[in-house]
Amino acid sequence: MESAAFVRTEMAAARPPPSMDMGPVGWMRQNLFSSWLNSILTILALLGIFFALVSAAPWLIQSSWTATSLNGCREAIAEAYGEGTHGACWAVIRERYLQMFYGFYPRDSYWRPNLALVMLFVALAPVLFTSLPRRMLWFSAVYPFLGLWLLWGGSFWIVISILFGFFVGYAVLTILMRMFGQLAGVVGGALAAVLYWVILTGTVADLLHAVIPLGIEPVESARFGGFMLSTTIGVTGIACSLPIGILLALGRKSDLLIVKSICVGFIEFVRGVPLITLLFVASTLLNIFMPPGTNFDLILRVVIMVTLFSSAYIAEVVRGGLASLPRGQYEAADALGLDYWKSMRLVVLPQALKVSIPGIVSTFIGLFKDTTLVSIIGLLDPLGLANAIRADANWNGIVWELYVFIAALFFVFCFAMSRYSMYLERKLQTGHN
Amino acid sequence: MSKTRLIVAAAAASLVGGAVAAGTLDDVKAKGFIQCGVSTGLVGFANPDADGNWNGFDVDYCRALAGAVFGDPEAVKFTPTTGKTRFTALSSGEVDVLARNTTWTFSRDADLKLTFVGINYYDGQGFMTHASLGVESAHDLDGATICIQTGTTTELNLADFFRANNMSYEPVPIETNAEAREQFFAEACDVYTTDRSGLAATRATAEDPEALIVLPEIISKEPLGPLVRHGDDEWADIARWVLNALIIAEEKGITAANVDSMASSTNDPEVARLLGVEGEYGGMIGLSADWAANAIRARGNYAEIFDNNIGPDTAIGLSRGVNALYTEGGILYAPPFR
Repeated sequence: MESAAFVRTEMAAARPPPSMDMGPVGWMRQNLFSSWLNSILTILALLGIFFALVSAAPWLIQSSWTATSLNGCREAIAEAYGEGTHGACWAVIRERYLQMFYGFYPRDSYWRPNLALVMLFVALAPVLFTSLPRRMLWFSAVYPFLGLWLLWGGSFWIVISILFGFFVGYAVLTILMRMFGQLAGVVGGALAAVLYWVILTGTVADLLHAVIPLGIEPVESARFGGFMLSTTIGVTGIACSLPIGILLALGRKSDLLIVKSICVGFIEFVRGVPLITLLFVASTLLNIFMPPGTNFDLILRVVIMVTLFSSAYIAEVVRGGLASLPRGQYEAADALGLDYWKSMRLVVLPQALKVSIPGIVSTFIGLFKDTTLVSIIGLLDPLGLANAIRADANWNGIVWELYVFIAALFFVFCFAMSRYSMYLERKLQTGHN
Repeated sequence: MSKTRLIVAAAAASLVGGAVAAGTLDDVKAKGFIQCGVSTGLVGFANPDADGNWNGFDVDYCRALAGAVFGDPEAVKFTPTTGKTRFTALSSGEVDVLARNTTWTFSRDADLKLTFVGINYYDGQGFMTHASLGVESAHDLDGATICIQTGTTTELNLADFFRANNMSYEPVPIETNAEAREQFFAEACDVYTTDRSGLAATRATAEDPEALIVLPEIISKEPLGPLVRHGDDEWADIARWVLNALIIAEEKGITAANVDSMASSTNDPEVARLLGVEGEYGGMIGLSADWAANAIRARGNYAEIFDNNIGPDTAIGLSRGVNALYTEGGILYAPPFR
């Protein structure tokens, strides 16, 4: 020890890394200019962004917000920025944005879709974020009826009457289950509820309404349009297609031959047909099959078709998740003595769905964007409205402004969904499969 | 009416099945409004304004019809239909009348089982091209690229015209007028062909209308008119005579403003018959005596409807041309009212 000239007895203080490796400079060296090839690509990309901005920015900024027609816009822009300037005519958005959002919904009732949207988030919250109190799920269960009632209006007793159908079904289920066992209970309960809904709901609601009139102004489907229509179709389709899709996926993997064949047949048929065909069936063919004078709501028909379409895709996505689980999981659940539904609910599905999240969410995003196809059958969704707005002689010839606006709004919706799916994946990450 | 009850009604009706439909007029009167199929948006002919009210040449015909039946031009609801859904919407009973600038052709009349009740606008297919190309006649268009809307009669007319003249062309198929505009302005095609009314609208709102020329040739007859279903002649008569009444009103100088004073002071027996002062003509088609007066009161006579929506003072700026009365050099000719 003593022969050593110097022995360090304490650790040297940590020094900051060289300035070239930290801060913005370090980040850029690591991420943008790590090699010759990457440097060239970075510079090319920057140039691309620069030129895109240079060509788009004047159009976006040198615009008119106040004119009342396309020619008015052109004059205003020529006056403000000089002759020959091309600028966006945002005035059309200023005049029509309410129509873009709500379609032809009565102005004094805008609070209804607004409230329905706010309540949608409240109803979604406990489903999306598990830290919230579980009791809120009751609200989520009631919300579909409440939300649709808010949108379409009419007697409030309809909601009560429809909900009462669940109690009828449940009551019959418990009684029959005690007397004849589980299968009879389930079948009888479902049958009773459906019979009640088909035959009695309207009458019960009318009777109650006659005693205590309680309701809001009904709004007919023809007044639905714009983003409200897209959201209604999209959200209803998403909410209904997930459970149906899961059931179809389970049915496809079932050992029961008939159940399996029905599910396979349905999935393969629906997946083999383009959505636009189904929409045409909804809008034209169904009309011809129905007796004359029947008024089966077009939006309802479209929602049913969209739901069927997307549930077939969801079924395949979920089946992928089911297939990714090792056999041991199924066997372990059986070994624990769980029956089929319990083993699915407690062991298999939580794992399978977790694997399927990215696929499910991208199906949903696709579904939401596909709602724009309804403009082909004459429903005025944002794209259909864009055409209708252009048919106004004042705005004839406006294209980019409307599409930019629609694209921006769709981006917001879809980006939010995609972010949520990433959050969910991180939260459910267990470090193993 | 609530959603559930609609479903219930639908289910119940499908159980009963094939219930015999009453006459359209009775149905319309029972529900209290006319369901009118219009375009999802066509400049000058049908479009919703910022408040969601429909306007346009075709729309005003439906308002006149509602005026005739109910005495109230607002007793009408509009169903936007696309080129693909319009005929099924009519034949399935979703709409009572279709006023959607639809060309009257043999096969639509006979094969699709529809009844055209008249012609409210004589259109014809024309060509628009860039003035810079120096083309002066459609016969110089050999080898041109042409923007053409698919699924319409214009597509077939174009093929006929080029074949008859031994010329070739390259079609650029497009779906909507807006798409055609963009393609044409971006010079993706040399020529844009559609009905002349549509060309006029496109040209009128172009950034530089002088750079575009509409060629003189008209290669087709496009008689546009309202239509109803086959088999209900009473309803077809009403739809037909509302249109005729609007044309006769122009002939006789009856306008929305002077219809009341004309009714009380006229010496012209045909005017007296039309406005229900004389005779029982309304009863013959199941309407009130003053049905025609109500139809005219709705949005005015034919000339007023034309001028308000597509006439020379509008952005579209169409002149009457062949759509003038026969007395003024056009071919608009309504049968006598007696």
